[in-house]
Amino acid sequence: MPALPHPGFVLKPKPSSTGIAPAMSYATTIEQTVFRFDDLKDLMAKATPERSGDQLAGIAAEGPVERLAAQMALANLPLKAFLAEELIPSEEDEVSQLIADRHDPKAFSAISSMTVGDFREWLLKPETGQRQLEAVTYGLTPEMVAAVSKIMRLQDLISVAAKREVVTRFRNTIGITGRLSTRNQPNHPTDDSRGIAASAIDGLLMGSGDAVIGVNPATDSTADYIRIVSLLDELRERLAIPTQTCCLGHVTTAIKAIEAGAPVDLVFQSVAGSQKANAGFGVDLAVLREAYDAGRSLKRGMPGANVMYFETGQGAALSADAHFGVDQQTMEVRAYAVAREFDPLLVNTVVGFIGPEYLFNGKQIIRAGLEDHFCGKLLGLPMGVDVCYTNHADADQEDMDTLLTLLCAANVNFVITVPGADDIMLNYQSLSHHDAVYCRETLGRPPAPEFEEWLRQVGLTNVNGALTGAPAALADYISSSNLIGA
Amino acid sequence: MTKPAIQETSDSIIDLKEMTDARVSLGRFGAGLPTRAAQAFLLDHARAREAVWSMVDRKDLAERLSRLGFESVSVESRAQDRSIYVRRPDLGRQLSDASQERLKTLAGTAGTPDIAIIVADGLSSSAVDMNAVRLIEELGARFGAKGLKIGPIVLAEQARVALGDPAAEALGARLSIVLVGERPGLSAADSLGAYITYAPKSGTPDSKRNCVSNIRDGGLSIGEAADTIADLVTDIFKVAISGVALKDALVQLEG
Repeated sequence: MPALPHPGFVLKPKPSSTGIAPAMSYATTIEQTVFRFDDLKDLMAKATPERSGDQLAGIAAEGPVERLAAQMALANLPLKAFLAEELIPSEEDEVSQLIADRHDPKAFSAISSMTVGDFREWLLKPETGQRQLEAVTYGLTPEMVAAVSKIMRLQDLISVAAKREVVTRFRNTIGITGRLSTRNQPNHPTDDSRGIAASAIDGLLMGSGDAVIGVNPATDSTADYIRIVSLLDELRERLAIPTQTCCLGHVTTAIKAIEAGAPVDLVFQSVAGSQKANAGFGVDLAVLREAYDAGRSLKRGMPGANVMYFETGQGAALSADAHFGVDQQTMEVRAYAVAREFDPLLVNTVVGFIGPEYLFNGKQIIRAGLEDHFCGKLLGLPMGVDVCYTNHADADQEDMDTLLTLLCAANVNFVITVPGADDIMLNYQSLSHHDAVYCRETLGRPPAPEFEEWLRQVGLTNVNGALTGAPAALADYISSSNLIGA
Repeated sequence: MTKPAIQETSDSIIDLKEMTDARVSLGRFGAGLPTRAAQAFLLDHARAREAVWSMVDRKDLAERLSRLGFESVSVESRAQDRSIYVRRPDLGRQLSDASQERLKTLAGTAGTPDIAIIVADGLSSSAVDMNAVRLIEELGARFGAKGLKIGPIVLAEQARVALGDPAAEALGARLSIVLVGERPGLSAADSLGAYITYAPKSGTPDSKRNCVSNIRDGGLSIGEAADTIADLVTDIFKVAISGVALKDALVQLEG
């Protein structure tokens, strides 16, 4: 071995403008070459497995050796370091403040003496099971979880996540180990009522929709929001489906619709990992709190039901120029601190939607999907994934097959399915309802128990849980509904 | 083609396919799509990928424009190839140094236009190949009737919408129209978008643009798009504002 790696990988320490070394800098030595990292966020960014978004932001490692040097330095870092040094100061960011406020020193005590590397080993060992993982949930900060994920390979991310069950309830029970729920996503380019209903029914016929039947609206008005939740509610009620519905409009629209008496099951919002990025979405913690209270006030689910639905995705903060030099994966995990404040029923990363400037290809999308799921679960979130990609990313349906299969091994709570994997409103590819059948019949993952029972009762599945044909009840609904006959 | 083993819809119920363009009622064999549906999807994806990764034939565009009486000039962004372009949106928004010079020289000889039209490949070369020249022809007729002078058509490679700002600025235009290939979906890989900006200059935020999208056969037709764009341009010149503030400015003017 040569004494020095390629000189391109050698970082020179930056002289400080004051002539005094920064209080916290990090270094590691590989074969007499010293790699230095300016501060904790520099270390985190350089330790992140390669992805285009961090390169776009100009914060990624210059190459594989520097990346590994950062990962080695990170592995040696005490978890406590994340309590001593904030990546984004709380004085300037309410998400950082929330993270600091919610940190529970008692829950942290079991792991407080560990380094990031020790923590990885603790997570992997068989003695660490559901009980231990649940106990540390609020002792963990998003930054600690992001850090450990950066030194874990896919198999590590899967095996630990698979041990962490997170169960939530509304009209059914989602997240039980060994099951897989699906969001039936019946989007339509103009929010046409008949088009939405047809797409929803197509999914129901394939057994999809126990996580939620949820529409991304193309329109933005409160009237359309109310029309969409009303038609979904009618469909659910007429067929007595033990599931919940949602129009994924803005929280402020949901609040107005609730005030107008609309049948709102779940209140949806996209969230991100900094106050500024959330401002880009037109929300802050206060309005999310207001929406959460409004959703709960309706008491449409079972007692104590979870009423919120959040979507996130790596790159959201960077695209809003609200990442503060922090890598996109850490910013994503910080969004989970926002989500868990409101006891959500569902959270999913829309992992491949954002495009190749953030996640370039199938490999990067697959890794990001498994990271997001792992990090969300460790923080106690009912984590799902929109297994998806756009046409300008270097990815295809085979990458989605791979990610879906790995996510099932990791015990993902839910995935999203659309007719034929083609979302005709958002113009991207997600999974097909067919892929849900694959999970049920090949990977042995039944849906939520209440929904599984409904499928059997209504005649969509046989006693073995296998799909049959279109039963009479659905046919009757389709031919008799005013909505569809309109 | 064999009949699907499982028919998801029977003859007695309404055909879901009549109610949406989504890929409903595909049928299945186990979890698999029928072969024909599976390959139809692959073909649509292949077309979309081709739209993203193939290059616009700018020589052909220039010739077609020339036959219609339009001068044109080719420029490039700072993104040197497609692989860099999709990763670095920032580079796709900037003119290369050589292109900047080319436009400045041209502006010195051609005089100041009212409107600069920039054709950007964006994320779909198919959209540009199929729709750009026809739309420019229609726009030319409408602007000509109003006595508005159009500068040489700028044909931009590896270019995003905001590249229109420095290009129009270099030509000294009062307003820019960027015709850009939109990110292709599976159902349509040839949608063109039009972004209109008043007083374009580098650093103009997107909130100062008006957008007309989904321009293609089967979407917003060329004729309808030209009408909409020409009306917007008339309004914008009236109040000297474009973007989200346009509506309010028009209301104020009338009130």
